[in-house]
Amino acid sequence: MPETRILPTEYVTDPNLRVTSSGKTIRSEEMIINMGPQHPSTHGVLRLELVLDGEIVMDVIPHIGYLHRCFEKHAEHMTNYQQVIPYADRMDYLASMNNDWAYALAVERLMKIEVPERVEYIRIIMAELQRIASHLVALGTFGIDMGAFTPFLWMFRDREKILDLFEMTCGARLLYNYVWVGGVSHDLPSQFVDQAKAFCRYLKPKIKEYNDLLTYNEIFVRRTANVGVLPADVAINYACSGPMLRGSGVNWDLRRDDPYSLYHTLEWEVQVGKGEVGTVGDCWDRFIVKVREMEESLRIIEQALDRLPEGNVQSAIPKRIRPEAGEIYVRTETPRGELGFYIISDGTASPSRVKARGPAFVNLSVISEISKGAMIADLVAIVGSIDIVLGEVDR
Amino acid sequence: MNPSEIHERLTSTFGAAVVDAKLDAAQPWIQIAPDKIDQVCQFLAREDDLAFDYLMCLSGVDYNNGTLGVVYHLSSIRHRHKIVLKASCAKDAPHVASVSLIWGTADWHEREAFDLMGIIFDGHPDLRRILLPADWEGHPLRKDYKVQEFYNGMRVPY
Repeated sequence: MPETRILPTEYVTDPNLRVTSSGKTIRSEEMIINMGPQHPSTHGVLRLELVLDGEIVMDVIPHIGYLHRCFEKHAEHMTNYQQVIPYADRMDYLASMNNDWAYALAVERLMKIEVPERVEYIRIIMAELQRIASHLVALGTFGIDMGAFTPFLWMFRDREKILDLFEMTCGARLLYNYVWVGGVSHDLPSQFVDQAKAFCRYLKPKIKEYNDLLTYNEIFVRRTANVGVLPADVAINYACSGPMLRGSGVNWDLRRDDPYSLYHTLEWEVQVGKGEVGTVGDCWDRFIVKVREMEESLRIIEQALDRLPEGNVQSAIPKRIRPEAGEIYVRTETPRGELGFYIISDGTASPSRVKARGPAFVNLSVISEISKGAMIADLVAIVGSIDIVLGEVDR
Repeated sequence: MNPSEIHERLTSTFGAAVVDAKLDAAQPWIQIAPDKIDQVCQFLAREDDLAFDYLMCLSGVDYNNGTLGVVYHLSSIRHRHKIVLKASCAKDAPHVASVSLIWGTADWHEREAFDLMGIIFDGHPDLRRILLPADWEGHPLRKDYKVQEFYNGMRVPY
């Protein structure tokens, strides 16, 4: 027999009681759900603990570390500085060239090594090709998150051509160990310049196709405009970088604002989000910045290919890498943003401390700030637009 | 503003909290007392002519002489200047004031330094391990770290 008694007053004032439209009193509670670690829309092994009120996200608590491989501890235990590079490769595995370069540049600055001009241009060409390849993955998988499958296939088809160029140069397609301290591992093969120019001519009209198919697609715009708006001051406070920061309208690019290599001699522009279809700093802005950056990268590559001087790419590679005791923090612009290496040398052949400041790690930390109040489906858009690579988040 | 001007501003405001400085280094640094670092950072972030709005990197360091350190790489997007701050603490009492309420990005960086280096950031709202499991023993980036033999019944050294 059901119990009949008068409810205590605190139960009546329970904040979880709701009155429905038909006048019925129901009890509703916040619910905690795990998204991931094995979930297609988290782009790797990321677990998001969601506090939900129905379909609405009240809070997001990210749990990371599933791919932690002790990069920094390994780096201290290498017998020389050059051996760290393959580990740096594996941090952001979609942008290995950029990682290698950031680490090599830090060691070069520590040792005050000047690299030949040919090496600088080769590195610029490789880094920008890698930026396009990485953005193609980011844009394609973001399309999948939004339910668009075809652009993903098109973009992977075109990324393949970049990987062919890399394979032709150094034999590897994903993890290259190509940029070494003081130089690069292989000179460009004789047919590289022509093939790279052909690729630039090939990709330009394709970017227009992506735009027609995906960027300005009505459904896609509705899914991404005004979603996950990241205001500029929050982006700076959380030290977001790369397309994430520029998507919020902050005109900031380390290739121009903290110059390294020969970027200051080339003509290109920094692309920022303008809120063309929604609000400045929404998911669509972060998307369009990446699309336009690919066009800028093509401009940079074409200029660098034209200027490429002759020279020996290994002449500046030191026989023995043993920097004086000291420390340096060097930051570079990778596809995802500011990748910094803080290296402390104690004068021995292996580093005393290597700290990697990854852009994806820092960009991801803002997620709970921008997804409160969003729907679950929009959270998928937000995670996709942050463009994380868990290999680098977890290191 | 150049590093020696920044140093002068800090010494005139905080006096003895500015412990040491090396302004002729490739990347000039200023050493701050670990319990005053939050006030110094607050000052650097809020003053109009300093406006250090961007914390590039926060690293925990084991100097292998019984002290741990925290290194703050600061820059200003508005004024385009940079400075490095350092704070150090004894390994057996590793306490440094948290700056996570000044820069949101410091939240995860400090959790990482706590996790891997064992530095306790006083005033951090949610100081727990970030990369390693919550029940892991020890802090791997310390120079005297010994890996535990078993983790939940699984052998750890390979």
